[in-house]
Amino acid sequence: MSTVKVKVNGVEVECPANATVLEAARLAGIEIPTLCYMKEINAIGACRICVTEVSGARGLVAACVYPVAEGMEINTNSQKAYNARKMTLELILSNHRRDCLTCDRNQNCELQKLAKDYNIKDVRFGHPEELKPQIEDSMIHLIRDNSKCILCRRCVAVCKEMQGIGVIGPNDRGFETHISCAFDRNLEETACVSCGQCITVCPTGALTERDCTDKVWNALADKSKFVVVGTAPSVRVTLGECFDMPVGTNVQGKMVAALRRLGFDKVFDVDVTADLTILEEGTEFLERLNSGENLPLITSCSPGWVKFCEHYYPEFIPNLSSCKSPQQMFGAMMKTYYAEKMGIDPKDIFVVSIMPCTAKKFERFRDYQEAVPGLRDVDAAITTRELARMIATAGISFKDLPDEDFDPAFGISSGAGVIFGATGGVMEAALRTVTEIVTGQELKKLEFTEVRGTEGIKEAQYDLGGRLVRVAVASGLSNARALLERVKSGEAQYDMIEIMACPGGCVNGGGQPIQPQSVRNFVDLRAKRAAAIYDADKEMKLRKSHENPVIKEIYDTYLEKPGSHKAHKILHTKYQARSKYPGVAVAE
Amino acid sequence: MPNLKTKVPFRGTKEQEKELVDFIRSMGDDKGAVMPILQKAQEIYGYLPEEVQIIIAEMTGVPLSEIYGIASFYAQFTLNPKGKYQISVCLGTACYVKGAGDILDKICEMVGCEAGSITDDGLFSIDATRCIGACGLAPVLTINENVYGRLDIAQAEHIIKGYLDKAKEN
Repeated sequence: MSTVKVKVNGVEVECPANATVLEAARLAGIEIPTLCYMKEINAIGACRICVTEVSGARGLVAACVYPVAEGMEINTNSQKAYNARKMTLELILSNHRRDCLTCDRNQNCELQKLAKDYNIKDVRFGHPEELKPQIEDSMIHLIRDNSKCILCRRCVAVCKEMQGIGVIGPNDRGFETHISCAFDRNLEETACVSCGQCITVCPTGALTERDCTDKVWNALADKSKFVVVGTAPSVRVTLGECFDMPVGTNVQGKMVAALRRLGFDKVFDVDVTADLTILEEGTEFLERLNSGENLPLITSCSPGWVKFCEHYYPEFIPNLSSCKSPQQMFGAMMKTYYAEKMGIDPKDIFVVSIMPCTAKKFERFRDYQEAVPGLRDVDAAITTRELARMIATAGISFKDLPDEDFDPAFGISSGAGVIFGATGGVMEAALRTVTEIVTGQELKKLEFTEVRGTEGIKEAQYDLGGRLVRVAVASGLSNARALLERVKSGEAQYDMIEIMACPGGCVNGGGQPIQPQSVRNFVDLRAKRAAAIYDADKEMKLRKSHENPVIKEIYDTYLEKPGSHKAHKILHTKYQARSKYPGVAVAE
Repeated sequence: MPNLKTKVPFRGTKEQEKELVDFIRSMGDDKGAVMPILQKAQEIYGYLPEEVQIIIAEMTGVPLSEIYGIASFYAQFTLNPKGKYQISVCLGTACYVKGAGDILDKICEMVGCEAGSITDDGLFSIDATRCIGACGLAPVLTINENVYGRLDIAQAEHIIKGYLDKAKEN
């Protein structure tokens, strides 16, 4: 790659010829502030907070999009740039409802940080006392308050560019401009899939998940309830970020200890039902492979993907695995098998799931998710962020906690279960089990590296006891769309496809800790968090779902065998085609 | 001016839809074609209701939110059909300083809809226009082809009442 030499505040640095001023400054150790900029996703130079003085340009330039040139002199902190940024900041703050103390994003807000960094002591403009909350809470998973929106359009960019959905955009113009849906409909009247990626990129508190922690606190305080909690595979490698630990730290032991100290009656691992999913889905796959019907089988663990399929690709609904997701299997097993085993009335069991995901809040309310009729499989689904909030409220000093183990009944899991948290993980877990079942021989190498990694679409072929099996893995819904279009046109043929709604899979889910864009632009969260997942797998003795003793016991004593009638009743579900324009009476 | 959503039911015909669909097809894969398509659609239907914007979104692959964003951004696009009686109140400088703003408020109150929108029964629509070049008649309003100038509130009230009565008779 060709490079150029530039001077940043008098210091010479060599940078790639196609770098931006922002990137060059970073190489010199200077962080130019940004608000709207998202590397490769939203490079629009709109918010003007990154304006910088460079030689040869007439005025200030937007550092996030302005390319470097040989010999360019960049002055990031000139009086002119500083004053312009400060003025822009004051103007943004002038119609931002500044209720920082009671805001979800207090102390984790990019605007708040800039106001502090730029020493803003007073906002000279606007009438903040006239700003009223503008709440849109039609969706189960999300609350939007446009009175805190700064119109950076990061949510718009992830929704359209990354997820290929585009149900939100800027409406009207000038002072009237606001982010909303077409015809200012509520989100529930659109084909929003609840992935929550918009929440994780919002620089302020304009987009937040619907907080369900009160519901959990109430259950914990209710002596008549037996409150069990299950944690999703990826939460253990992200929760630490909420407590200032480095990205990619596995805090499983501390997480379990914290949950126990919060007062849960049992602390279980959803990895166990991830293993269970593999047994059910693997069996389903082999049945379909034999019959040739409804291939490719497409995974159904990701509720954002499932809802996407129902809205945008209903023709692929027969291809979806009928398996419930691990979260729902966890709830279902708690209220059937576990209740029976423990002699507890399922009505008294309150199931909490800790998820990397906002769509899990929606999934909980789907039809056909009641193993015990009249009882929801899961009673509360909270995100990694909400759990961190509960831990803080309880005054638990997270970093100082000892490492503890899950409660054994649903606490022994395999490495196959834990890798569900990264894109390709479900596929790899399934391949480990299915290959051994078909060949009847022990796998020599457990790593299916072809389906690992953060690329949006991965393909591989494996020999399954003489039969060639073609698999594909997609994460991020625009990648899923591209893959499905190829399948639809007949250009590509597969036997099994794994799709995760969020790019990189659950480790980058919409319910994960919020990292400021200044970090996201330069650190690959997906790769770092996934590395921790694969490390966990590597260190486990048990690495195949079908060898998990808990799973064996469940089948031996309760479900008979994978795919049995009873298993179907408890662990499988149904889907429904949904309109692309649910709010419009008669749509195409 | 807020581009208010219409309350009038969509009454598009098959012929109108065919004309629009043919036009969109003629644009091929040109991603930049949304503006001319919206202009054409407005020419065909007189406005850009949700039903029409969905046709455009589906055929071009551009999300509906983006189509609506464009339609609500530009003043040249309207989300409302015109009423049987199309009232336009000039808010150009001359008319405005002579009290057109108060006249507009009065008319909105009498007719029962806001500027830029249409009554539920589809009979009246009100627009606040820029200078129509009749400053000598300021303040001026037009109702369909009829021009009424040098008005005060009482006269405007009288004129509107005449139309309201006429609408009631039909």
